[in-house]
Amino acid sequence: MPLVYAGVCSHAPGIVGRSDQADPTIRNELYAAFDQMRQGIEATKPDALVVVAAEHFANFFMDNMPSFAIGMANSYTGPIEDTAWLGIDKTKVPGNAELSKRFIKEVMNTSDVAYAEEWQFDHGIMVPLHFLTPNYNLPIIPVNINCQGPPLAPLHRSWAFGESLRAAADALPERIAIVGTGGISHWPATPDSGKINEPWDAEFLDRWCRNDRDALLDYDDTTIYADAGQGGFEIRTFIAISAAAKQAPGTVHFYAPIPIFAVGCTIASYAI
Amino acid sequence: MSLYYVQKFLYEINRSETVRDQYFADRTGSLASYDLTDEEVRSLVEPDIGMLFHMGVNGQILMHFAPLHGIEWFDYLRLMREGIAEHGPVRAGVYAITGYEGVDNHADNLGQQSHAIDGVPSTTSATEES
Repeated sequence: MPLVYAGVCSHAPGIVGRSDQADPTIRNELYAAFDQMRQGIEATKPDALVVVAAEHFANFFMDNMPSFAIGMANSYTGPIEDTAWLGIDKTKVPGNAELSKRFIKEVMNTSDVAYAEEWQFDHGIMVPLHFLTPNYNLPIIPVNINCQGPPLAPLHRSWAFGESLRAAADALPERIAIVGTGGISHWPATPDSGKINEPWDAEFLDRWCRNDRDALLDYDDTTIYADAGQGGFEIRTFIAISAAAKQAPGTVHFYAPIPIFAVGCTIASYAI
Repeated sequence: MSLYYVQKFLYEINRSETVRDQYFADRTGSLASYDLTDEEVRSLVEPDIGMLFHMGVNGQILMHFAPLHGIEWFDYLRLMREGIAEHGPVRAGVYAITGYEGVDNHADNLGQQSHAIDGVPSTTSATEES
């Protein structure tokens, strides 16, 4: 069954954990956009949701860091963070080990990927799920791209990985939706938290919506770090979704810099 | 200096209740199996958030460690800024590529509107302050 949904969203912990400190008007607009994304996903009646995230040392560390990893369990737990700090209760999230296994085997035809039968979700997945599957009733296949601990796989490898994810989804009989999560420009968890480069974000999202492979890959980590912060490395998740969407055009449904959330909050999807 | 093991300990305490319990029962003792300098042990035991950030600990690990000690978000940001001001630029790790110019200065340099968070004054360049 061809992929049924492809989109991206922000995952910053402040979106939930510091919700009371944001301007309520813009915060509510963001929440409404998340809810529209939820409805969009549900309308495609997916059997599983693949979440391509950039986890933050919750499961993978520099003792054995995979560039790409996929979960293969019947359930996952999260959040790893202090629940009061994140504003999300600890819960068990459903997975589907058998479906994950078939998905991973398909991905392995074209990309090298680690698999994990244990996975604790951090805010990179829990914040999106808080809005997109609030009842935790849709099986999740977690996917991670290392965006935190350099050396990082180059951007063209994220594109190739996204193509592999698409080929795997298309090869399975189940209806698969896919969502990438991450920031664009941001300096999360540093003294410069709240810094957001709006023009850089606008340029990136323009390239993303045009699904222009050459333009999306025309970045390097040196300039990303300088112009978009270390959080900008997470564009790898957005680029993987672009590849998964093939030539489809994209639409940004919501974008707003919200400094207390430490990122230009984004909700976007492709018309696949 | 063993930034790797400082971060390894933080990675493990962030994800393991057992490691957390051991740490809060005997902070120094819980670090015995890690290859750490005296300065690193002291910074983890106090904890000294500013020194840990100066050492190069990734903020994605450090920001989870801070709430374990009841450190609020704005205090966490302030402590990192104070660490840079006192000790100088980040000396290793992903943030060692550049110093910290502060949100206001970054916006000025780009000719953009600042997104400094209300109530958290932006800092000046660590290089200028050190």
